[in-house]
Amino acid sequence: MSLAPSEHAPAAAPAGRGSTDQTGRTLPGRRRLLTRTSVPYLLIMPAVLGFAIFKAYPIVASLWISLTTGNGAGRHFTGLDNYQRLLHDPLFWTALKNTALILVVQVPLMLGLALLVALGLNSTKVWLRPLWRLGVFIPSLTGLVAAGVMFSVILNRDAGLLNWVLSLFGIDRVNWLGSPFWARVGVVLVITWHYTGYNAVIYLAGLQGIPQELYEAAKVDGAGPIRRFVSITVPQLRPILLLTVVLSTIGTLQLFDEPYVLTGGGPDNSTLTVTMYLYNNGFKYFDFGYASALAYALALIVAVLGLLQVRLMGERK
Amino acid sequence: MKRHSPLLTLLLAGAFGLCVAPFYWLAMAATQENSDVFSWPPKLLPGGHLMENLQGLQDSIGLTRVLFNSVLVAGVQTAGAVVVSVLAGYAFAKFEFRGRNLFFVLLLSTLVLPDTVMLIPIFEMMMKLGLIDSYQSVILPGLVTPFGIFLMRQSLRSMPDELLDAARVDGAGELRVLWQIVIPVNRPVIAALALFVFLGGWNQFVWPLIALRSPDMYTLPVATATLQGLVTTNYAQVLLAAAIAAIPVMALFLVLQRQFISGLLAGATKE
Repeated sequence: MSLAPSEHAPAAAPAGRGSTDQTGRTLPGRRRLLTRTSVPYLLIMPAVLGFAIFKAYPIVASLWISLTTGNGAGRHFTGLDNYQRLLHDPLFWTALKNTALILVVQVPLMLGLALLVALGLNSTKVWLRPLWRLGVFIPSLTGLVAAGVMFSVILNRDAGLLNWVLSLFGIDRVNWLGSPFWARVGVVLVITWHYTGYNAVIYLAGLQGIPQELYEAAKVDGAGPIRRFVSITVPQLRPILLLTVVLSTIGTLQLFDEPYVLTGGGPDNSTLTVTMYLYNNGFKYFDFGYASALAYALALIVAVLGLLQVRLMGERK
Repeated sequence: MKRHSPLLTLLLAGAFGLCVAPFYWLAMAATQENSDVFSWPPKLLPGGHLMENLQGLQDSIGLTRVLFNSVLVAGVQTAGAVVVSVLAGYAFAKFEFRGRNLFFVLLLSTLVLPDTVMLIPIFEMMMKLGLIDSYQSVILPGLVTPFGIFLMRQSLRSMPDELLDAARVDGAGELRVLWQIVIPVNRPVIAALALFVFLGGWNQFVWPLIALRSPDMYTLPVATATLQGLVTTNYAQVLLAAAIAAIPVMALFLVLQRQFISGLLAGATKE
């Protein structure tokens, strides 16, 4: 790996040029490959290759597969049949409805809680702040499978930790995971537990970036805490709020691991999500065409929702 | 001088408790006998069956082999993704070249596209290459991380050009500039990136679940999930597997907290 010795470079070497032939020095041949024009292309080559093979190609191939039926050699073009089938597939609509329900409840709940926790963590009146920050962040490190397995027992109806804690307050056992309604609540609970701290830490960074003078000026002008929050904190945090809303939406729309481990999509398909349904079609029934159509439908929904959110939140200035 | 608010502190301690209590319970449950996992009230003190459960896991999923698989997959993926991200991030941050913006935007746009879109073609590709049920099949797709390239570009952009030019004036080749200046100066971000990729690789589930077939090749999350699907599930063992999956991640985080948080924030706050 030894490159041309730099110590011998003449002080007058032209700045910013990799190849210094003008000075009359003989350079090893391979070094001439690394000029300032070629270097960037060499640097991005691995990324471009990987991108082409594992992102660009699959995106195009997936679209093609979604227009076909059958697998391997027996695959043939059927146009929009898969999409037609999708529109009339009650299970797809169930999965979409479940995903939408979880999204609408979970994302605002989680981000609201995260903002509250971040405001608390940002307050100088709190004792032992680093410890609390550490604690709330820890759940987001856990793998979804580990978290799912853990909560499948914690949410057990007869002997789970949560029902035991509730019983201490005189609340009857809840059939988490066993009834359609509570199973959804359970999934929401687990995701909220998992990611609230993560978002709180992101918000905390945003809060710490807001110039303190803004608050002091507002105080001088007689603005109370709520007024200061609405008029300074929220507008200043807007880019970060937008980021977390979009990322959480994308994440929730792709929900798979938690329901897979917690409920397997049940009871009565009440926690079946679009990605789970896609997985079932693709890798249980090996109906790649239909699964790809599902993937594209999901991508379309993600794109539309994402754009809508950027429009609504991003451009209100 | 500063006055503390006991109420606020108490509220945050409550949030802390809600986040951490499940882990405490997990650690305790993993040391119980299977029948005691579901006792009412729950057992909140250590039981004496840790060794027995470990042995059980070794017999049922081949714990040591599965751990080896997980470490190998996450480790190689981390090393590879960091190299790819640093190289590309450096190019995007510090070089002018044709197609730079176009390619960068293309790359970033895949961040927004659900990964599920890519599952089936990648599966077919791996089938054709005969790579299903191999380490490669799990590792390869994880090597290009748009997030990593984005993170490195953001961070390298704030590095002064004079530093690089000074080295070039001194005659250092481009590789040498990268190796001796760019990488050492940016070590904290690179460490943060490595942690994120490792975390992702260690915890990934859907793709290994699809790509791996034989129990010998399973990573810890896949093995844990299959264990849970059994008719006579030994929950003490499943929970112990979950606890074991959580341990390295927590240890890494505790040791490298500062890098972790700064990496997270670099991704979130820099525009």
